Amino acid sequence: MGLLHYLVLSMLLFIVGAVGFIIKKNVISVFLCLELMLNAVNLSFVAFSKHLNQVHGQIFVFLVMVVAAAEAAVGLAITIVLFRNRNTLNVDDADTMKW
Amino acid sequence: MMTDYLWLIPLVPLVGSAINGLIGKRFAKSAVSLVACGAAGISFVIAIISFFDLLKLAPEQRHVLKTYFTWIASGDFVAKAEFLLDPLSAVMLLVVTGVGFIIHVYSIGYMHAEDGYYRFFSYMNLFLFSMLTLVLAGNFLLLFVGWEGVGLCSYLLIGYYFDRRSAADAGKKAFIVNRVGDMGFILGIFLVFLTFNSLNFNEVFRQIADAPQRFPVETGIGILTAISLLLFVGATGKSAQIPLYVWLPDAMEGPTPVSALIHAATMVTAGVYMVVRCSPIFSRSPLALGVVMTIGILTALMAATIGLVQTDIKRVLAYSTVSQLGYMFVAAGVGAFSAGIFHLMTHAFFKALLFLGAGSVIHALGGEQDLMRMGGLRRFTPVTFWTMLIAALAISGIFPLAGFFSKDEILWSAWSRGHPLIWFVGFVTAGLTAFYMFRLVFLTFFGNARHSEEAAHHLHESPASMTGPLIVLGVLSIAGGFIGLPAWIGSNRFFNFLEPSLVFAYMPEHREFSHTTELGFAALSVAVAIIGIYLAYRLYVLRPQAAEALAGRWKAIHRILFRKYYVDELYDAMIVSPTVNASTDLFWKQTDIGFIDRAVNGTGETIQGLASILKGVQNGLIRSYAVWILLGTVAVLLYISLFRS
Repeated sequence: MGLLHYLVLSMLLFIVGAVGFIIKKNVISVFLCLELMLNAVNLSFVAFSKHLNQVHGQIFVFLVMVVAAAEAAVGLAITIVLFRNRNTLNVDDADTMKW
Repeated sequence: MMTDYLWLIPLVPLVGSAINGLIGKRFAKSAVSLVACGAAGISFVIAIISFFDLLKLAPEQRHVLKTYFTWIASGDFVAKAEFLLDPLSAVMLLVVTGVGFIIHVYSIGYMHAEDGYYRFFSYMNLFLFSMLTLVLAGNFLLLFVGWEGVGLCSYLLIGYYFDRRSAADAGKKAFIVNRVGDMGFILGIFLVFLTFNSLNFNEVFRQIADAPQRFPVETGIGILTAISLLLFVGATGKSAQIPLYVWLPDAMEGPTPVSALIHAATMVTAGVYMVVRCSPIFSRSPLALGVVMTIGILTALMAATIGLVQTDIKRVLAYSTVSQLGYMFVAAGVGAFSAGIFHLMTHAFFKALLFLGAGSVIHALGGEQDLMRMGGLRRFTPVTFWTMLIAALAISGIFPLAGFFSKDEILWSAWSRGHPLIWFVGFVTAGLTAFYMFRLVFLTFFGNARHSEEAAHHLHESPASMTGPLIVLGVLSIAGGFIGLPAWIGSNRFFNFLEPSLVFAYMPEHREFSHTTELGFAALSVAVAIIGIYLAYRLYVLRPQAAEALAGRWKAIHRILFRKYYVDELYDAMIVSPTVNASTDLFWKQTDIGFIDRAVNGTGETIQGLASILKGVQNGLIRSYAVWILLGTVAVLLYISLFRS
């Protein structure tokens, strides 16, 4: 199993996440797709770290995880507030932030 | 030495002005008057003591320069706050504070029923501050500060009745006309600095006197001529000479004490003072002196002829002031600088008296200013009558009143220094002066009463606060001339006193004449004055119809004089209307609305148009933003991988 395998897997995960982010309408699903993209990137970080025998990539992964955790807390809170106010989980209904 | 407290002289009125201006509204009128007159009085007392301190010094040491702090220092340029007390500024100091104090006292009575009493006295004190700064200034820049300060106070006080359109317009006119003069004045100051690298009077004058080969008496147009002419442009504005005299008659819209203080006794003489102060520069330029002299005599004659037919009592006096200022410039122009200052001083006495007397008449008649609606006031206002009679005799040059000595000194200087034509015009003007002055006196105090029933009912002599100043000025108008007795009576003490201030001036030798000749000329000027008075008596007392008949016979001339040679109309057609029209059509409608507004609005509209196309992108849908981010990232990656590797 070389570096390339990991990178291909990472790319596939990222594409699934990105496409899901764009085509899904449910906020929870969009959120999950976001996490998927983050973790796809994490995977390539770890792969490069192992390949180059350097620890930097793994440190980055921790940072990303921390940010993801924080973002999950805030994101889910927003989701709850959105549901309470609009009685919906459809992202397309939350479109008032425009000109 | 009291001269150590020189700075107090201008500062006390400034403090008085600040007190009245800031919190005077809450004071009783008596408190306001106390502050204002007290400030003027304290200044006067310090000025007197300083004057006597100056007298104690030896004549060649009478030059007290007090430097307080460095005001501006920028590279080579240094301007200091410095006051100069020498005989010239001492004379001006006494005139300004003395006459100023008297007029402040007079104003208590004259202004007692006016709104904004505190405002009036605040401006008056501010004026004293500015004028005293002007007089005491030890360099050109500080003089300019005072120069502009008095201009501002003049504007404020002319427009005192600002709810009256004519008063507001007159204030603006005075201010704008003075701007024209001030432009010349400030250019002159620039040129002084450029030439001498200093603005201090003493420094500049010493440089001129010490380097006769660098600054010779100029035959053509040299640097000193250029400086003199530019400075004189400033003087024509402030001292109401041709061509900038038009603002002064209109300035009569202000309250009468203002006309007496600012537009007769003090501010308008600032130009004369400045020319005399700069005598070392002017005296080395025969061309500039010629211009000063010519402008002076033309103004004297022209204003006197206009004064012959005016019917507003204050306007007659205003033209008389313009005319007398012309005399002072004639004196400076023929090189008799001390005679100019002498006339400035006596004129301050009798012209202030005439204005205050006119104010008393106007007060007695409840605001009437038209000479044709006065008459017979002699019996009702005796004090005003007698004091105004003294002033009229003084200005006419009747021996031995103040005006005789000073005016005769000027006319004699013109003749003895080789300007017979100037003497002749001045001589004729002296006759005209006597005529229009006594026309005013006769129309006001003699003959039948022509005023309205209401005014007659109201008729009374003015209160003591007004008649007191009249009497004091009356005494000064009688006695003021004796300090400058001509050579055929004794030594001219005024001239000797002023001499230390004029040491740097270039005085060409001129022919000496015998005292008998001078006496003969003095007799001639008295004779022409008496003829003028007699003509006025004949026309306005003996045969009152004759004046109208005369005006009817010389209709065209009367009309031209009455309309003041159409100068206002001419300026209106040549300068004011073109400026207003160009501003309205070209600058406002074409340039401002047509170009600038369209450019500014066009910029905004263009951006709005572009934005309305682009704003569709920002639709609030998160998924669409995600697509844009994705496409952007792909584009950047493509660019890097295709072109940068």
